[in-house]
Amino acid sequence: MITPSKAPLIQLRGVHKYYGDYHALRGIDLEIRQGEFFSLLGPSGCGKTTLLRTIAGFEGLSSGILAIDGRDMAAVPANHRPTNMVFQSYAIFPHLSVAQNVGFGLRRESMSRDQKARAVAEALEMVGLGGYGGRAAHALSGGQRQRVALARALILKPKVLLLDEPLSALDKKMRETMQVELIKLQRNVGITFILVTHDQEEALIMSDRIAVMFEGDIEQMADPETLYRRPTSRRVAEFIGKMNLLPGQVAMEGNRIIVDVAGLGRGAVEAEQAPGGVVPGATTVGVRPETLGLLFPGETTSRRLADGVVDEVVYYGDMTYYDVRVPGIERPLTISMKNLIGQPVLDVGTPTQVVWDERSLVVLSR
Amino acid sequence: MGLLDSSPGARAAALVAPPLIYALLLLAFPLVAIVVISFWTQSGLTLERTFTLANYREIFTGPIYIWGNANRWGVLPLSLFVSATVTLITVALAYPIAYFVSFVAAPERKSLWLFLITIPFWTSYLIRVFLWKVILGFNGVVNTGLQSLGIIQEPLEVLLYNLSSVIVTLSHAYAVFAILPIYVALEKIDRSLLEASQDLGENRLTTFLRVTLPLSVPGIVGAVLIVFIPTIGDYVTPELMLGSGGRLMSNIIQTQFLQLNNWPLGAALSIITMLAVGIVSLVFILLNRRWLRGRA
Repeated sequence: MITPSKAPLIQLRGVHKYYGDYHALRGIDLEIRQGEFFSLLGPSGCGKTTLLRTIAGFEGLSSGILAIDGRDMAAVPANHRPTNMVFQSYAIFPHLSVAQNVGFGLRRESMSRDQKARAVAEALEMVGLGGYGGRAAHALSGGQRQRVALARALILKPKVLLLDEPLSALDKKMRETMQVELIKLQRNVGITFILVTHDQEEALIMSDRIAVMFEGDIEQMADPETLYRRPTSRRVAEFIGKMNLLPGQVAMEGNRIIVDVAGLGRGAVEAEQAPGGVVPGATTVGVRPETLGLLFPGETTSRRLADGVVDEVVYYGDMTYYDVRVPGIERPLTISMKNLIGQPVLDVGTPTQVVWDERSLVVLSR
Repeated sequence: MGLLDSSPGARAAALVAPPLIYALLLLAFPLVAIVVISFWTQSGLTLERTFTLANYREIFTGPIYIWGNANRWGVLPLSLFVSATVTLITVALAYPIAYFVSFVAAPERKSLWLFLITIPFWTSYLIRVFLWKVILGFNGVVNTGLQSLGIIQEPLEVLLYNLSSVIVTLSHAYAVFAILPIYVALEKIDRSLLEASQDLGENRLTTFLRVTLPLSVPGIVGAVLIVFIPTIGDYVTPELMLGSGGRLMSNIIQTQFLQLNNWPLGAALSIITMLAVGIVSLVFILLNRRWLRGRA
């Protein structure tokens, strides 16, 4: 396994992109390190695909600097960039065989026919399609097309592999398999991967680092755990995972940050629980469903409690999601509970107590 | 029982019946009639209805139709040559136009361009042929233009009344039939394939040669067949552009039917022409079959 080195492989400085009046990228600053699995995550229309296509060279910059491996890319067309792309549609050439597709980019390499054939066979082997070289491209399934697209891009040993929503066309099972395979592949080849996705779960599973984009700008850039546990803004908190958003008040008492959360109560939080900074006054406080709990009959706890009534129960098998109505909060709190041995599933209307903890609060000023 | 209450089979038959009857009456029946008549002979004003290969014998042994002599080609090879040349020129000129409309023109302008391309078709075919006579004639646009510029002293006689004038006229007349199928084939090409080719190191020219051109082959084959097959049967253009001198297969067939009243020979010549066109077309399709097979 190759660990990401510190040297930035890709640098973007103040990158803007306009389509006529439309401001698609609004001042992107970004550094991606050699060997990193980096994801661009955001809702559709946020500019993530534009950013990827900019790096690939299919779109020019309106202003700003893009450098790959220390070299300015402004005058370098797509066919001379050290990047290769896996397209959302896979863009498999329908008139060529699988082997011809994979070997497409080798035409310009100074290799003998045998060497090329061997390279194609190895690339197909690497993506689990050994022996498929002779097949017609149009006879492949979705998953196989994706593997061909991967092999075709990786055979050229690019410095960066760009993946434009490569899994969105696959069914759920296939997608989960490919997620794991992509991670393994990336570790084996050590090539920097940049993945564009709108699927937050996919980004969390696969990435070393994630940039969350909204409206042409990067809202937060962090590793998956930080992004999940310490979102800096409401938008990021809502986009990634499930998050209860509660109205509250935040104040400084000396060095201590004190929050008063509607329905739950007052408590002190650490500075890192306010990653977006503290602006005293009204604020939004986020709490993840799995950091809350329910006190079942006969249990005791030293943690904080709030009274409530079960409003909705959604049973997932391994988990149960409860919506609990708590006085003082307009929307019910969503709480997820693991279905442990001997633990009952509560009925709608059951009075209960919500278990919470100051450590699970996130102050979302923005 | 109404049509909607009947069985699916009966409903399908009822739906298909009108065009089927139409096709039988206007396509199959005349074709069969031609085949049958080609084995008869004409004696005076009556058809002699005994089976004979005499017409075919005349076609294959005489010097006019197929073999020609030292001074001139046979009419059939000459006609095939003219059609092939027309096809080559038409498709070669149509491709850039189709490419322009599909790849260069702004998406919202595409229908306007297609509309403009079809405008010549608002004029009758005959009038368009005559327009070419005006352009290419002895006192035509080209000659007077060149004369007034002092490039030539005497009007050029090579412009009209020879095969090249037939080829020019037909190439212009069939341009749209070549542009449209090529345009459709180009439109069907997934644009991300072109980006993929670029991404894999090819420039615009090599991308065209390795991706766009092979993927547009179905359109080219369609255009070739659509131009080649009808041009060999076009007798109006050669009639008007060749004057009284030359004759192509279509004119000879027309003469046999309408002037010499020798239907059996005309029918046999039709059959031979059809077979020749059919064989050439099939060979062409077979040569291109690897580009036409199963597209996803």
